[in-house]
Amino acid sequence: MRRYLVRKLTIYFLTFFLAVTIDWVIPRFMPGNPVQTMLSRVALRAEAVEVLRGYYIRAFGLDVPLWEQYLNFWRAVLRGDLGVSVYLFPKPVSRVIAEAIPYTLGLLVPAILLSWWAGNKFGAFAARRKWLDNTLLPLGYFLTATPYMWLGILLAWGFGVALGWFPIAGGYGFGLTPHLSWTFVGSLLRHWFLPFASLFLVMFGGWAIGMRNLIIYELEADYAQYLESLGAPRRLIRSYAFRNALLPQITGLALQMGTIAAGAVVTETVFSYPGIGLLLVQAIQNQDYFLIQGCFLFIIIGVLVANLLVDLAYLVVDPRTRRGMVGEL
Amino acid sequence: MKENKPRRIKNEFLYFALRNRKLRLGVSIVLVFVFLAIVGPYFTPYDPWAYVGPPARPPSRTFWLGTTMFGQDVFTQFVYGLRPVFLVGILGGGLATFIGTMIGFLAGYRGGWVDEVLNTFTNVVLVIPTLALLLIIAAYLGVRSFFMQALFIGCTAWPWTARAVRAQTLSLKAREFVDLARISGMSPWRIILTEIAPNMLSYLVMVFILQFGGAILNAATLDFIGLGPTRGISLGLMIQIALLWGALPLGMWWWFIPPGLTIALLVGALYVTNVGLDEVFNPKLRET
Repeated sequence: MRRYLVRKLTIYFLTFFLAVTIDWVIPRFMPGNPVQTMLSRVALRAEAVEVLRGYYIRAFGLDVPLWEQYLNFWRAVLRGDLGVSVYLFPKPVSRVIAEAIPYTLGLLVPAILLSWWAGNKFGAFAARRKWLDNTLLPLGYFLTATPYMWLGILLAWGFGVALGWFPIAGGYGFGLTPHLSWTFVGSLLRHWFLPFASLFLVMFGGWAIGMRNLIIYELEADYAQYLESLGAPRRLIRSYAFRNALLPQITGLALQMGTIAAGAVVTETVFSYPGIGLLLVQAIQNQDYFLIQGCFLFIIIGVLVANLLVDLAYLVVDPRTRRGMVGEL
Repeated sequence: MKENKPRRIKNEFLYFALRNRKLRLGVSIVLVFVFLAIVGPYFTPYDPWAYVGPPARPPSRTFWLGTTMFGQDVFTQFVYGLRPVFLVGILGGGLATFIGTMIGFLAGYRGGWVDEVLNTFTNVVLVIPTLALLLIIAAYLGVRSFFMQALFIGCTAWPWTARAVRAQTLSLKAREFVDLARISGMSPWRIILTEIAPNMLSYLVMVFILQFGGAILNAATLDFIGLGPTRGISLGLMIQIALLWGALPLGMWWWFIPPGLTIALLVGALYVTNVGLDEVFNPKLRET
């Protein structure tokens, strides 16, 4: 168990290190000069441009040798100082991100957990049942192949524009300010539902299909056939198969985190939902480099934490990992 | 007798391939879109960006899929936009399959510290959210092309393939025929290419199909966020432009439904093809 955890933590630590390094390297070594881009956005007199250039170079810390810039970057990251947003000047990037986090988590956590649970249950139920398998699984393949943004657009069009049941933009009503009241919470929920539903549906398709395929493998396994020849009830065999098939699905959850994060980015963009994803897209459109760096870093940290949680869950579910019987995953 | 054996296996494969409904369905859908991408542009007299008709018209006889906000022909944009989907899918997916396979072979066959280093590297890249990485790379690049998009997607999508191929290589490495080849003095790469690779060819084909579909989805997502190629048209760009110019509140469904539906159908068809192939290659999974 210790070996398993040490191995996983090493990988996460290396990933974090690499991600921060990438975050530092890309603005500096890519073709194109962020400082120049930002200067060209403000049409000023020549001397003002020079003053501003000096400010940006100091703000980015570009006036010291590269290795020192790198160390400074690490120091700032570890202190949680991600610079000041240009697009939402003069808010610090860490505050901008902190305000967006609740929306993203509120969207993603229920969508991930519910779709995983429902998808697995449904997939296990549909496996080897001819009628369900042939009618609903093509739908599952279609769902999991759907680009997140397109399903979002489709739902927004159907339920938002055509039927008018749900609003299609924003995190809460335009006329409201965040406060604790039934009107506000109601508005929050109504805005939350469609982005949640589109994330849920795409993920649901993936889990259902994954589970269905795994159950079919499991039902072919020796233990299942042995049980069957003993005359065990089908329900019992299926429940054993389900528990075995759940393990790869847990690993799959960790592997899917990156894709899910990407799905959240585009879904939030479709619905102008004020989470990290929309923030990142706005930062890119406004070439707010500090904010881009900050959002990237936050997404990496989020994915790493999620991976760690999945690993811990795996330890709880599979006793073999605890005893060190499974070498690596 | 020795002459006959491979032919029989091939025939058996073809027999099950032609009988498999999933395979037939998946391949037909993909072929329909390939056909559309190749001949479609010859069926339209317009340029994808030219203002050729009245703005915001629903589908009609002259404009098969209606027109955009600006009076561009949606059908023309659609058939032209289909080509880069295949281009990026095949190049990006192919590159990812190639990198993943090579790293998997090397790590699995060599073992030892080579495996340790490559496997750790694979696991690290596996955890990094690909799209977030692609986003910041694309955000800093002023001019972008379809080839660059394929290159980036290929360079970031390989880790799961490397892991899967490594696991397969590990199990094949322990077989007698590989030992025999090693004793006979073959070089490691020859053993990998002539002894191990042919035994997992069916698996590699399936990996490529999955990577193909994944690359299409990744490219569409990048396009949608506005980090697609700076010139040209693709299905993802169509969705982005439609949303940007308010197709949604105006209810111009003909503008955003065809491109998204096509991506979903195409990628779904690739996945179904994959399952069909799995059933053909693996007798245990065949439906009775």
